[in-house]
Amino acid sequence: MHLKNIRLKQFKNYQKAEVQFSPEINCFVGVNGSGKTNLLDAIHYLCLTKGAINGVDQLNVLHDQEFFTVFGDFDLEGKEIEVRCIFESGKKKQLLQNGKAIDKMSDHVGLLPVVMIAPDDTMLIKDGSEERRRFFDNMLCQMDKQYLEKLVRYQHFLKQRNALIKQFADRGRWEKSHVEPYDREIISLSQFLAAARNAFLEEYIPLLKEYYAIISDNHEAVNITYETNCLSEDFSNQFLQNAQRDFILKRTNMGIHKDDFVFEIGGYPLKKFGSQGQQKSFVIALKLAQFQIFLTHKKTKPVLLLDDIFDKLDDNRIEKLMKLVADHRFGQLFITDARPERSKAILSEIGAESRFFLIEEGEISPWNQ
Amino acid sequence: MNFPSKLIEEAVNEISRLPGIGKKTALRLALHLLKQKENVTEELTRSLLSLRKDIKYCSLCHNISDAEVCSICAGRRRERSIICVVEDIPDVLAIENTSQYNGLYHVLGGVISPIQGIGPDDLNIESLIQRIAHTPETEKVKEVILALPATMEGDTTSFFITRRLKEFGIKVSTIARGIPIGGELEYTDEVTLGRSILTRVNYSAE
Repeated sequence: MHLKNIRLKQFKNYQKAEVQFSPEINCFVGVNGSGKTNLLDAIHYLCLTKGAINGVDQLNVLHDQEFFTVFGDFDLEGKEIEVRCIFESGKKKQLLQNGKAIDKMSDHVGLLPVVMIAPDDTMLIKDGSEERRRFFDNMLCQMDKQYLEKLVRYQHFLKQRNALIKQFADRGRWEKSHVEPYDREIISLSQFLAAARNAFLEEYIPLLKEYYAIISDNHEAVNITYETNCLSEDFSNQFLQNAQRDFILKRTNMGIHKDDFVFEIGGYPLKKFGSQGQQKSFVIALKLAQFQIFLTHKKTKPVLLLDDIFDKLDDNRIEKLMKLVADHRFGQLFITDARPERSKAILSEIGAESRFFLIEEGEISPWNQ
Repeated sequence: MNFPSKLIEEAVNEISRLPGIGKKTALRLALHLLKQKENVTEELTRSLLSLRKDIKYCSLCHNISDAEVCSICAGRRRERSIICVVEDIPDVLAIENTSQYNGLYHVLGGVISPIQGIGPDDLNIESLIQRIAHTPETEKVKEVILALPATMEGDTTSFFITRRLKEFGIKVSTIARGIPIGGELEYTDEVTLGRSILTRVNYSAE
């Protein structure tokens, strides 16, 4: 699939902008703070109904304005899809597909796959388990509607149960019959979702290994260990026996919201033992494996957004990544770079059609030097 | 909104507190009343006031009522061995309008939702249990139909009530969920359609 054009109004630092894209490589150049990444964010909006950087829609409205709109035309394997995303302060965000309003944002998510590689991806390794769960949940939700639906139910029941436990704590008394309906749902949903995560990893890990080997020079063995209690035979009992602890800590302490995905290199945790370079290679491999799995399941090449990678990666890894681009592994590419000559030099060696855009304070113009 | 009169402003503020009525509609209603004869407003306020003061809730099913026991619970032709549990009063009216049900009701007054601070004790659940436990032998309750909303809170409440009713050994059923009459399959949402396949019923050509 590819994005043919985009039209912005009052989105971030763009007053008004319209651009026609190449189906192959698009490179946004310009000084820092000119709005290059904001363009990637706008593409992210069209695909996933939200920004990659800021989750709060209001913060994506141009200063002192009331609304923003992002429109774009996609070609999804020959099918034309026009997406319109409209946000107005204090109102519900609207999304239209070919002029038809989409009630549930989740009905749109997954139709137009997108993968973004950004400088702060290493937080997937460094930050807490929540970031990793969100990364895998996002992927699973884009591929499996049932997973999405059950995850939403899970999160809702968890919120209800935690609210109930807080009331128990205030009253100093645990009421088994009140918490039972939630226990039942949380146990069965945990078992379902953990099994889905497990099955997904079986498909995902081989892809991760393959891409890690391509990106890094060293051929250390990488792996992901899925840590969960929810798949043990005895989970249901363990969950119920944990009530005492839940009561003391005033929240639910078992279930898939406690799972972690441990990234490993040579059999050791990457977080503690991986070098900077190994960590960078690992997150790129995570994202490229994501690309591959979307391609397999969606039968279309996702749009690939590469934010500032020429600056943050060393020459060796850039070269490897560009070799994949030259091999036509990817479809449409969007790249940002503060140094136009560098990206021009790198991309000219590949031989794919590339279009350059100069971004200056929210103005976009073609750049051909 | 700026008003030329304090009296108008006060009336508009009060009327616009009603659900579904904004300031503009409230103003229209207030001006309308001013154009009518004075007794129209008197009748309206009198009926609203007596509604508020004299309304009773049925001591058995908690439906609105003019008397201690509502007309449904007092009805002689009602099937007394079936109780249909609903979330609120409009649900009673909705089921009554189907003309397909001749049993009794029990109005919970909401569904369980700890986030909103609503627990089982805030609803008419205990009175349902007492009602079933203390009916005379001739009017024994044989079935409870759970007609609660098809939401996560509705399901939780149904589960809670079913557990509480276990000791009585009576039949507990829930209203069917599936394709609306006259509905096209392709436009039915996936969850509903999936559910209707899982809970399909035998088809008889008799």
